[in-house]
Amino acid sequence: MSDTPPPLLEVTGLTKRFGGLVAAKDIGFTIRGGEILGLIGPNGSGKSTVMRTIMGIERPNAGSIRLEGTNVAGWPTHRIARAGIGIVFQHSRPLNRQTVLENIKLALLPDSLLRLAVQPHVEEQARAIAEQVGLGAVLDRRPPTLPFADLRRLEMAKALARDPKVVLIDEPFAGLTQGETAIFSELIDQFRRGGRAVLLVDHNVKSVARLVDRILAMYLGERVAEGSAEEVMRDATVRRVYLGGEIEIHARPELDAVPGEPLLDIRDVDVLYGKAQALQKVSLHVRAGEFVSVVGLNGAGKTTLFNAISGLVPYGGEIRWQGAALAGRSAASIARNGIVQCPETRELFGDLSVQENLDLGGQRLAHDQQARQREWLLELFPILRERAGQRARTLSGGEQQMLAIARALMMQPKLLILDEPTLGLAPVILEQLSNALTQLRETTDITVLLGEQNVTFALPHADRIYLLEHARIVWEGNAGRFAAEMGSGYL
Amino acid sequence: MPKILRSPLPLVLLALVIIGGVAPIWLDAYYLGIFTVAYYFGVFAMSWDLLFGFAGEVNFGPTFLIGLGAYGAGLLNNAGWPLPLCIVGGAVIAVIGGVALAVPALRLRGPYFGLVTLVAVLLLLDFIVIFAAQTGGEIGMMVPDVLSVSTAVNYWYAFGFLVIAGAILFGLSRSALGLILQATGQDRVEAQALGFNVTKHKVAAFAISALFSGVAGAMLTFYQGTASVDQMVDLSIAVQIIIAVVFGGRRTILGGVLGSIFLVLFDELLRPIGQLNTFVVSGVALLVILFWPDGVLGYVLRPREER
Repeated sequence: MSDTPPPLLEVTGLTKRFGGLVAAKDIGFTIRGGEILGLIGPNGSGKSTVMRTIMGIERPNAGSIRLEGTNVAGWPTHRIARAGIGIVFQHSRPLNRQTVLENIKLALLPDSLLRLAVQPHVEEQARAIAEQVGLGAVLDRRPPTLPFADLRRLEMAKALARDPKVVLIDEPFAGLTQGETAIFSELIDQFRRGGRAVLLVDHNVKSVARLVDRILAMYLGERVAEGSAEEVMRDATVRRVYLGGEIEIHARPELDAVPGEPLLDIRDVDVLYGKAQALQKVSLHVRAGEFVSVVGLNGAGKTTLFNAISGLVPYGGEIRWQGAALAGRSAASIARNGIVQCPETRELFGDLSVQENLDLGGQRLAHDQQARQREWLLELFPILRERAGQRARTLSGGEQQMLAIARALMMQPKLLILDEPTLGLAPVILEQLSNALTQLRETTDITVLLGEQNVTFALPHADRIYLLEHARIVWEGNAGRFAAEMGSGYL
Repeated sequence: MPKILRSPLPLVLLALVIIGGVAPIWLDAYYLGIFTVAYYFGVFAMSWDLLFGFAGEVNFGPTFLIGLGAYGAGLLNNAGWPLPLCIVGGAVIAVIGGVALAVPALRLRGPYFGLVTLVAVLLLLDFIVIFAAQTGGEIGMMVPDVLSVSTAVNYWYAFGFLVIAGAILFGLSRSALGLILQATGQDRVEAQALGFNVTKHKVAAFAISALFSGVAGAMLTFYQGTASVDQMVDLSIAVQIIIAVVFGGRRTILGGVLGSIFLVLFDELLRPIGQLNTFVVSGVALLVILFWPDGVLGYVLRPREER
């Protein structure tokens, strides 16, 4: 082992902007054949943008992407694919009317208008690849009848069929059970042993730590750390991004000590997305006036849980609100009954002004009541007063989040569900949001259910905490105990 | 192809081709005329299904391509070209016009592509009306030549063309190209990531669709002796083509023929009830689309496991 081979993939100075947002800033790394690099970061950190830019799905604003020395930056996706970069998407969309074998054959076809007949060796090759990824037994089945793990195998098979030199894999283990995770780790390891360069994109270090040679961590479009899995987990910036710095706690345990049925009572709730288990026997309760946080990494199931409460996804088990079951109620009726969700995606009406967005939230209120509520909210978020006439889509991310919360509060909810309000926001904005929550806690009797990955943001506002991991509640207790027990195991 | 189809389908098709081929022996001239029109309509529908069912592009302007073929052939015939060359010329014009439209339009996504094709029809309509001296405007353009004066021969021309077009389009849909087109229609990004030049394949599909639409439009002109806006370019014709495909079965190619025969035949059979005929036919089509969105043939051919 005297001289190391040249890198298969060399990315330098990669920058991608969407309007004013810098999604990836000056990102650089190299991957050699037989090497696996993990690219990690929370939602909105820009890791997916980097992956999509390498594949040519987005065009970079600056930087180079060298595949064996050739700069492919800015090439159309199909040329990059033919040059030797393959991608395994997180969400598979196979051809549902074709069999598994035909789906794999598709990936083996030449990009030609004239070769209409499928060449004979393609059939054989497709069978061999299917065997390799463990689809041998289901060759003639159609994708809609396959279990989730087999659909992921099919995506792997398609990537393998292209015989790529570099493989990009988006969230390889999302939605898989532990046993399946082991099998997929083995498949990814096969890519490595085949001398390919592999880029694994994931939310957290933990899930890819055993597989990767090195990790590059991103946050808000920038590189924050690079090194072995242990080094990155020890890195101060990474810890601050995931865990935050110093944690303050103001729990009010007396609120949960009240006897009787809680305001919101969730018992053994299961949710399936197609074949992926998104929630498994989740139980939690929220009492009147409490601030409860559900913390967990992206993909753990927080949004699914909130959507089940809001009546947006079907579920098994029971969700009770003020003593009555919610099953069978429409999302609109649940919202009118006092459960208002402020979704992660914000769902503002982008072409309407700040004022109009607020007024839509307050549609059901009497006129003077609406004015009073709006006045109170404009005091809670003073910046919205300045922006009243501006179109919502032109607001900054932080302002949009405040508007989303304010609009939800215009509906005068009994229970406000906040799904990941800190997503992609800068620290200054977090402080403003945090102050607004403190004010809500101290001056109103509103009940809040907060979903967060940022524990530092969640803890100061939490009376109690639930930790959601891989679709299951793995820990519950008060905020003080969480800081003491869970702090280090969370990454 | 699912195994259950392997045995019966070719036999059924062969039987239908034989029955259709000998129809002039046992069917009277009135019905032969109806079927002749329905067959040309069937080619319009199959060509449209290649774009919608496979490439996933909703072309609201199939009549733009048909009209180019019909009027192109008609103008050439009036200029003194012999009939066979006029049909070739009409087809060439339709393909050139179709590709000229598709290349810029395919850069747009979703409903915008459909809107561009819609506007293309309106432009063609305007063009025909403005140049009424040459095109006959809203009244239609007479052509000097006809395919044949015999009803049976006209029927055989239409039927032969339907069988050839059907065999080629159906074959293409089951070929490697058909598979790639379905992939580009379903997930553009993934198809590109598998190394397929999506634009190239979609433009090719548009050109093939234009070729058959253009030839069918030209032949229909020489069957009827006129190229007319009402029967070949109007948006209501485009809507009927779309209904025929959805009724017969999207993504089946042959379903469009079934839908066309249904629309044309019943429209004619129900003529005695007056204006209500279109209403009844559209009503039935609407019910089928609402309750069997995969269409008649789509339902029949659907693999058992999905039913």
